[in-house]
Amino acid sequence: MNALRMHPDDSVAVLVRDLAPGDPVLLAEGEEPVTLARQAIPYGHKVALRPIRAGEPVIKYGERMGIATADIEPGEHVHVHNVRGLKPEERGVAVNG
Amino acid sequence: MAEPEFMGYRRADGTVGVRNHVVVMNSVAEAATIVQRIADAAAGVVPVVHHHGYAQFPEDREQTLRTLAGNAANPNVAAALFVGLGGEQETALELAERVRARGRTAHALILEEAPSVAAFVEEAAAWLRRQLAEAESIPRMPAKVSELIVGLECGGSDAWSGVTANPALGVASDIIVGYGGTVILSETTEAIGAEHILAARAISPQVAKAFLDIIAAYENRMLATGTDIRSANPSPGNVKGGLTTLDEKSLGCIKKGGSTPLMEVVRYADRPKERGLVFMDTPGYDVDSVTGMTAGGAQIVVFTTGRGSPTGSPIAPVIKVSTNSRIYRRMPQHIDVDAGVILEGKGTLESVGREIFDQVLAVANGKPAAAELFGHKEFSIWRLAETI
Repeated sequence: MNALRMHPDDSVAVLVRDLAPGDPVLLAEGEEPVTLARQAIPYGHKVALRPIRAGEPVIKYGERMGIATADIEPGEHVHVHNVRGLKPEERGVAVNG
Repeated sequence: MAEPEFMGYRRADGTVGVRNHVVVMNSVAEAATIVQRIADAAAGVVPVVHHHGYAQFPEDREQTLRTLAGNAANPNVAAALFVGLGGEQETALELAERVRARGRTAHALILEEAPSVAAFVEEAAAWLRRQLAEAESIPRMPAKVSELIVGLECGGSDAWSGVTANPALGVASDIIVGYGGTVILSETTEAIGAEHILAARAISPQVAKAFLDIIAAYENRMLATGTDIRSANPSPGNVKGGLTTLDEKSLGCIKKGGSTPLMEVVRYADRPKERGLVFMDTPGYDVDSVTGMTAGGAQIVVFTTGRGSPTGSPIAPVIKVSTNSRIYRRMPQHIDVDAGVILEGKGTLESVGREIFDQVLAVANGKPAAAELFGHKEFSIWRLAETI
């Protein structure tokens, strides 16, 4: 096990170990790898578990944690270089107005 | 599954305590040391010391009274003595009256009216000793998880808070709510960025609006001081640690509350009327937040920490959950449950969540939490305005 998926619907997992390119992403002991890391990704950071197209929401905790700003392949590092936060109108509720 | 029971102290207002404290509180800051002397003179009494109560704007005076009375009426308290000075004597008297109006035991003594300080301390200690003797005669009786209110808190967070301890606590919250109990999610500032998620889970449009209103009010107060939480988060340190968006950071915080519907939104220090997941409007500052939740009737607080925060409470056991095993190994004295095992593949969110729930039951039955063993009794009230 080297990655944690917080919710079954999630498109990303959090790494608990540093991964090198080609390392398997393992969500549980004894299970087949979900995918292989496409680059070096530090622990605490996120890896894509399935393809996420530009403009699609990124799902963590079963919720939308951001929007992909580029196409993301399984095994890719998912972070500020390919994800942005939700805009107020994308949240579905207004707070300040 | 049969609802698990615990053995608690039944109170006249129908609530159940997990502790049987007799407390002495100052009504104003000037009486803080006198309160400590009184507690020293009556072994077994819990001093509750704070630095508020005088020279406050009306909104702060009301919040102070609500917080002190709420804590004195917490189910864990068998009896409370308020100590006042004189010039503001109505404060101590009003506090005792508010607690008695809830069917609970309280008394007020005013220093100015005493023949000497020594006589005053002895009079106060004598009243407290009588209350201790009465409290000792209260037996523990069977009670249900549905009678528990559990406060949820995080303090000294780290990169793993949103990955291990907070979601595991969310699993425990869902178990408690599943049995008909109540959990209080707090820290309004920390929910900014995930307010739409909780609002969407609100039981009614009114509850959703109440929640969005407290978020907007807090955010606007911060903006008025030039602080923009949305732009400042995630912080550069957060991003380095792997957090990408504010949404993600705030989700990691509100995960403590689990996944059940949001039933009610309450003011700071107010007691929830509903059962289930409740949100209390509090600052992110952990001591203010815990004090507000114990004023709201929380008999137990569960507190996640990545840095080994020692925060305790004079009113309720504070159960600590570490987010990583390193801090657990360094400070086992401060920590009750280690959620860091999830990172090492030795546990899951489910198994640690179950362990937290089991710990809540054990502590409800009388097992001391780590913070109690060390006598940690932090207590402070959310201040709204400046001092007059």
